[in-house]
Amino acid sequence: MSTLLELKNLTINFGGLMALDRVSLEVEEGKICALIGPNGAGKSTVFNVITGIYKPNSGQILYRGQDITGGEPYLITAMGIARTFQNIRLFKNLSVLDNVKIGRHCKGHAGPFGAISRLPGVKAEERDITKKAQEVLSIVGLADRQKELAKNLPYGEQRRLEIARALAAEPQLLLLDEPAAGTNPQEKLALMQMVQQIRDMGVTLMLVEHDMSFVMSLSDHVDVLNYGSKIAGGTPAAIQQNSAVVEAYLGNQVD
Amino acid sequence: MDINSFLQLLPQQLVNGVTLGATYALIALGYTMVYGIIQLINFAHGEVYMIGAFTGLYMVTVYRVNFFLAMFAAILMCVPLAVVIERVAYRPLRNSTRLAPLISALGVSLFLQTLVTLIKGPNPQGFPQIIKDSVYVLGPIKFSLVQMIILIVASLLMVLLHLTVKYTKVGKAMRATSENYETAYLMGINVNRIISFTFALGAALAAAGGVLVGMYFNSVHPFMGVTVGLKSFCAAVLGGIGSIPGAMLGGMFLGVAEVMGVAAGFGTYRDAIAFALLILVLLVKPTGLLGRPIQRKV
Amino acid sequence: MLDLITNPYYTQVLTVMGIYLVAALGLHLITGITGQFSFGHAAFMSVGAYSSALLTLHLHTPLVLNLLLGGTAAALIGILLGFPSLRLTGDYLGITTLGFAEIVRVLFINMGITGGASGLAGIPRETNFALVYVVVILGIWAMYRIHDSRFGRALAAIREDEIAAESMGINTLLYKVTSFAIGSFYAGVSGALFAHLMQYLNPNDFGIARSFDVLNFVVLGGLGSIPGAVLGTGVLTLAPEFLRFIREYRMLIYSLLMVLMMIFRPNGLLGGVDLKGIFKNLFRRKFSKAVSG
Repeated sequence: MSTLLELKNLTINFGGLMALDRVSLEVEEGKICALIGPNGAGKSTVFNVITGIYKPNSGQILYRGQDITGGEPYLITAMGIARTFQNIRLFKNLSVLDNVKIGRHCKGHAGPFGAISRLPGVKAEERDITKKAQEVLSIVGLADRQKELAKNLPYGEQRRLEIARALAAEPQLLLLDEPAAGTNPQEKLALMQMVQQIRDMGVTLMLVEHDMSFVMSLSDHVDVLNYGSKIAGGTPAAIQQNSAVVEAYLGNQVD
Repeated sequence: MDINSFLQLLPQQLVNGVTLGATYALIALGYTMVYGIIQLINFAHGEVYMIGAFTGLYMVTVYRVNFFLAMFAAILMCVPLAVVIERVAYRPLRNSTRLAPLISALGVSLFLQTLVTLIKGPNPQGFPQIIKDSVYVLGPIKFSLVQMIILIVASLLMVLLHLTVKYTKVGKAMRATSENYETAYLMGINVNRIISFTFALGAALAAAGGVLVGMYFNSVHPFMGVTVGLKSFCAAVLGGIGSIPGAMLGGMFLGVAEVMGVAAGFGTYRDAIAFALLILVLLVKPTGLLGRPIQRKV
Repeated sequence: MLDLITNPYYTQVLTVMGIYLVAALGLHLITGITGQFSFGHAAFMSVGAYSSALLTLHLHTPLVLNLLLGGTAAALIGILLGFPSLRLTGDYLGITTLGFAEIVRVLFINMGITGGASGLAGIPRETNFALVYVVVILGIWAMYRIHDSRFGRALAAIREDEIAAESMGINTLLYKVTSFAIGSFYAGVSGALFAHLMQYLNPNDFGIARSFDVLNFVVLGGLGSIPGAVLGTGVLTLAPEFLRFIREYRMLIYSLLMVLMMIFRPNGLLGGVDLKGIFKNLFRRKFSKAVSG
């Protein structure tokens, strides 16, 4: 199995606040990799740096061996990395179907001239986009909610829609930012199955999560961040035993 | 014109520029404080300035008061006006889209212009010479008494503002609300009252500016707030929107630039100078001369 | 009734309304769909008006060509302004476009070729009701096509959430500039039609007031909705005609309306109203009534 994504000594500084301090980690192709740590550890920042929303002060990001550090977000998506957001960033006033169609934007080519002329090639592309969008909606179980406006969906369905939108891009690497946040136990279970289903489709997954049971039962590999530094990395079992990790989450034990 | 005569006129033009700039600064402060606290471009602010000028005119022509009383009356008129405008046209829109309060502000601006035009007619009105104008000579520079008064009054007002914002409890509350609206609210600050106070302060300065300008150019008209308002807003952005020293600096800078531009022969482009500077600054350093960069949170 | 069609005054009013509608459609794309503040739309009308007028006067090129060239000139200026400015957000973009419009106005006042402050006269009257409404229909048709396309969806995504849009693979700067260019093209065509109707141009015709007028058409009618832009333009250009008797207070009412609309109906008249849904339901009910007898 090859290394799909590699972070080397990634450092990012926000006006004096060291959000990431020489973070290095690897994501193996076909695996589910989790990134955990207490609040403010820098987990979402890692995602933002990978996807190009923040440019790091130093360090490298290698995707399939290619240096994508500081690349433009839209180009990085086209290379095969898609993501969801911690604070759900759906296109609220657009329909469920449109949200997913936009997710598939990088797989199309038609521009304004294509929009107005509607030549056969453009029509075929639109049909393909619609078809694939509907397929993805079936996977997350939202096929019957196509016409609904995204803002009218209940919270759990909004999270699923975000995943569908990311999947529509047919990514090789999917970054899920706290997908289980605010979900009830049944939703969590369904989500776990969905994540495994996505992995079985051949997509490599990287998760940021707080829910330990979720993370430990799903992941092949876990990295732990605290105050912007990586303090541990290994299998779920190894991490649970790691004293530094326990300390980070629970603070020093009082004897 | 050649460089020599330009340099000879330079000190004089500087004085003229700084005087003009002081008036821009007074108005720019209102824009910057309001934007700093509720992120609204208060398009109606120029009209508050205009109404201040007209109030001054009224007091001087009908009641024959002196300059200071006229200014005081203008402030008395414009402060409640601004507070009412905020309450009626902006507060209900605090949680709506970004565009809605802007359109509302435009509506208020247009309303006030039309109202004054209906009452006073669209033509410029002469502002009488209420101060016996004398000229003081200092080397190659001629100061008129009016210019001195403008500079002194404007500086005094700006110092008063600075002291209020920096050292009083209200001032601290203003700064807190500017920094973080929600937190200020949670800390027990009556945010609505602070916002009203901010509008009041800006209006007071603008009203004073209106009377000063009326006196300086000996004329007022219902649309004087439009161009001056836009230019002063440019000055505020130039200096760094949300920054009080920035507005002062921006105003001065703009006044000088405009006067220099006219002196250098660009008279017919006068009004465009402000906008050209604005665009330049926004493209090179969007946060303005004294503004702080904003980091977006994802 | 026939009076409405044959009366030259009414025809003129409707023609002018059609011209404004073309400009409004352009602003609808920029602000309604893509969510970018543009407070200087009239400047692009001005560019289109003057360039097409000068072409007619100096090169005697046919009108349709002039319309297209006027629109293209405006689009090019739109791109020129757009590339540096569209990196700015919201309010800053708004004032930049406002400032730019003022600069254009002042430039045209000072340029010899545009006739300077006294304006450009002697433009042949080549615009008529039919031509304007052909352009209007084409413009609306094209706009609907843009709405329901990959391009249009991307623009709406930018409006909804620019960061998310960027993360979906959309080159937001490029798309914003393109939307700006197309919107300016519409404005340029509108200006060109205006020039060949009024036969006289003055840079002050395209000042801040004009820009804010078009902004009101799209916002008060319903931002993001084509029927909204049509309704907004229709109501706001025709209402002054009906209110002529209270001419003096017209502006007072208009400005008050702006404030009241924003407070009570910030989405505009048709904003948030699903017209297609309403029509579908109407037809469904009529059909089921017919079936049940």
